[in-house]
Amino acid sequence: MSITILTVDDSRTMRDMLKVALTEAGYRVVQAVDGLHGLEVLTQEAPRVIITDINMPKLDGFGFIERVRGNQRFLGVPILVLTTESSVEKKNIARRAGATGWIVKPFDSVKLVDVVRRVAA
Amino acid sequence: MTEKNAAAGGSACEFIAFRIGAQEFCIDIMSVREIRGWTPATELPHAPSYVRGVINLRGSVLPIVDLAERLGFPPIEATARQVIIVVQVGGQIIGLLVDAVSDILTQSTENIQPTPEVATDVAKSFVRGVLAVDGRMIGLIELDSLMSAPLEKAA
Amino acid sequence: MDTMAAIRETFFQECEEQLGELEVGLVAMDEGEADSETVNAVFRAVHSIKGGAGAFKLDRLVRFAHKFETALDLVRSEKLALSTAVLKTMLRAADVLADLVKAARTDEPVDEARVESLIDELEGLAEQARGASGGDQANDQVEPLDFQPVMLSIDDEPEAAPTAATTYAIRLTPWPDLYRKGNETVRLLRELARLGEISTACDARALPLLDKLDPEGAYLTWRVELATAQDVAAIEEVFEFVVDDCELEIVPSRSGATGEAPRFSPIADIGVGPSAAEPIESRERSAPDGAARQDEARSQPPRAAQEVEKARPEQGRAEAAAPTIRVDLERVDRLINLVGELVINQAMLSQRVMEAGLARSSSVAAGLGALEQLTREIQEGVMAIRAQPVKPLFQRMSRIVRELTEATGKSVRLRTEGEATEVDRTVIERLADPLTHMIRNAVDHGVEPPDVRAAAGKAAQGEVKLSAAHRSGRIVIEVSDDGAGIDRPRVRAIAVKKELVAPDAQLSDADIDNLLFLPGFSTAASVSNISGRGVGMDVVKRSIQALGGRISISSRQGLGSTFSLSLPLTLAVLDGMVVKVADQTLVVPLTAIVETLRPKRSDVHALGLGGRVISDRGGFVPLIDVGQELGYRDGAADPFGGVVLVVETEVSTRCALVVDAIHDQRQVVIKSLEANYRQVPGIAAATILGDGRVALILDIDTFVARTNRAAPASEPLLAATG
Repeated sequence: MSITILTVDDSRTMRDMLKVALTEAGYRVVQAVDGLHGLEVLTQEAPRVIITDINMPKLDGFGFIERVRGNQRFLGVPILVLTTESSVEKKNIARRAGATGWIVKPFDSVKLVDVVRRVAA
Repeated sequence: MTEKNAAAGGSACEFIAFRIGAQEFCIDIMSVREIRGWTPATELPHAPSYVRGVINLRGSVLPIVDLAERLGFPPIEATARQVIIVVQVGGQIIGLLVDAVSDILTQSTENIQPTPEVATDVAKSFVRGVLAVDGRMIGLIELDSLMSAPLEKAA
Repeated sequence: MDTMAAIRETFFQECEEQLGELEVGLVAMDEGEADSETVNAVFRAVHSIKGGAGAFKLDRLVRFAHKFETALDLVRSEKLALSTAVLKTMLRAADVLADLVKAARTDEPVDEARVESLIDELEGLAEQARGASGGDQANDQVEPLDFQPVMLSIDDEPEAAPTAATTYAIRLTPWPDLYRKGNETVRLLRELARLGEISTACDARALPLLDKLDPEGAYLTWRVELATAQDVAAIEEVFEFVVDDCELEIVPSRSGATGEAPRFSPIADIGVGPSAAEPIESRERSAPDGAARQDEARSQPPRAAQEVEKARPEQGRAEAAAPTIRVDLERVDRLINLVGELVINQAMLSQRVMEAGLARSSSVAAGLGALEQLTREIQEGVMAIRAQPVKPLFQRMSRIVRELTEATGKSVRLRTEGEATEVDRTVIERLADPLTHMIRNAVDHGVEPPDVRAAAGKAAQGEVKLSAAHRSGRIVIEVSDDGAGIDRPRVRAIAVKKELVAPDAQLSDADIDNLLFLPGFSTAASVSNISGRGVGMDVVKRSIQALGGRISISSRQGLGSTFSLSLPLTLAVLDGMVVKVADQTLVVPLTAIVETLRPKRSDVHALGLGGRVISDRGGFVPLIDVGQELGYRDGAADPFGGVVLVVETEVSTRCALVVDAIHDQRQVVIKSLEANYRQVPGIAAATILGDGRVALILDIDTFVARTNRAAPASEPLLAATG
């Protein structure tokens, strides 16, 4: 039974890249296209780790994380934020919203898998 | 279109020979797609008289050229016995109406002799050369010019 | 590597979509119809492109996108006002971004100067914004490519020479939030273990009795001794993400004499007491950067809630939620061809069955009817696969107008309507060029320069309107401008000069307008640089006709001109009336037929030399013998023994076509005549009937046009239409 990772990103390119990197490492990947969709998939799939983008339509990364954290069921799920924004401001918002970690795009797939592995264990 | 083969030294080529009236001609087999029997063609308005019309070739519209008329001879009286040689000329597929297919020849390109002077201008423009086979003279037809030349005149 | 190539392809496709969104959003902003969501969408579009570009190391693109994104972020956070000048910059930046994407995709060079100039403009905007807001923002410091991702071990290998190892005493007291955010002490300790040798001890003194224990509380303190050659920064990095959610102390216990104060000191000395379960409060207390941040953080939930509200009705929007698959276009094309064959075969079957007399039997008839229905549905379904909205095409026009506006110094805006109208992809692709030419002509020749317009009492900004709509089974596209209209005297003069028309010819206004479509009539005596090599409308007309379409023009002096295109929805099928003309079977496009009638002697009159007309609805319509015109017979047929089809041409003139008989009405699959032969005047294409024979499809407009030339005497009548 492989570990399920939920990737939330409105960019198809990013979703594809994440999927390739993670499935090659043996993870099972489920995808969502924005925060709202992410919440749906989350309840259906109960992933071990979540990787989410920040800038998305309908419900952005911050909103998504807050809602996830607001749900008892997903209290301890590690959420990794994947974004190109490197401002201190945004990092703090993510942190405060309840993100577990932060990965900056463009990511190296080896490093990505490394982080995930540590967080998922 | 098959001129490449006529390079120095000559190489072997295959030709399909056919009859138009009493004369024989041939074309490079590489341009031949298939051979089928005659079916009545749908007339095309304002077309040159050697374009008999179009037929249905498995879903595509195929123009039929009366090769006799094109060469300046009297038009062929088409019956079920006549034959259509489907050829590719440039990017188009067309059907050549001839009386019958006679032979498949393998000849070296070296053997192609220039067209004799007695041929009419029309014939000359399409006959690239002649082959002598078993005492018969077989004209080699140049397909490329068949469909071009003085066509498309806004009547 | 194949996967990466596929994803790269995905990326560029996505870029196209994002560029489209960008265009739409900016135009909306330009027209004052934007809200905050529009601005967000525009920001996201550029942000997305930047993200993907970074992944593929398209540095030039990343750099520009970053500048653009920064400026957009300022707009988004309302630090930069959307003035006309700012919008102009944004629109230009969007164009440059599109160019850079294209260049990245095809590995072509770009206009570096233009790129740099726009970067300067964008930076200028950023300066402007910072200046206005008091200059306290410094969030653009870092180039994303340089940033070190956190939570990564710096060095997995322990230093070979531990000589420089320092021992640190680390005290960690996590607060409940730490766990709530998915972090775990175990993990942190494991991270530390990667830095060097550690030994840990747990201080559980603060642990309350079981009945007072909050399962979500945090009561433990860990003391860790870490011997590592790494510096403090490396250790701090391990805790970077939990620093707000714990009490943390890192003290080197050797070298560096007085233990340097750790970077992070516990903000407030909460102490690890039973009251540790205070998540919200701790957030506030640990805000190092000021109240502004929390307000922002707190404002997130209401915004999120709003978005949910808004998102509900949008749930139906197919885009994000509906699954899609990507299919090779070739497969779709093949499928469409096969379905075309299916239609033909079904027709053939029906015919053969009818000929065999079997159709009388009701079960067979019912079966055939069901088959025909099914076939038609499959065909429609398959055609829909290839149908696409014209929006991207229209958006391209938008950009062209922008560029032309700059180049000509005129002020023109493009208004579009019916962008969602769907058309078969084959038609769209072949529409691009003719449409571009028409738009260029409209801006270049149609709309007057601002001063001329002002003198005429018009608004300084001209408008070109581009619209698309479905109308009676066809797609109608209009390109109209509110310029000066066609300069008829000039057009006529040019035509006479080029000997396209006799100097003394009697020409109506419509006739003069149509002179533009004549080959050899170049639209500009001075070949305009903008419109290219004086691209003639004749080229446009031929392109449209090759698509099975019609084009017409109408113009009003001082008010403007309109070009109307009528195109088939698809190039594949046609609804036609199958008729018999002198032993030949022909198909007449149904859309052109106004009515059919059996002429009465009293209705037919002679006119001029051999011409005949028929009275129809109060007017007189010229009679054309199809068989004679097409050369199927030598003389005209007797109209009274046959049927007359009254047809309407693109220029709204009417003619009555005499045919021998009408077979039936059916949908036919269009087969190209040009593929293996050439265009035949008067004939649009061919089709294959149920009996396997080829039937020609009449092209009403060219057919009638040819007969007009042959029968000038009847010309004046053409204007008298019902």
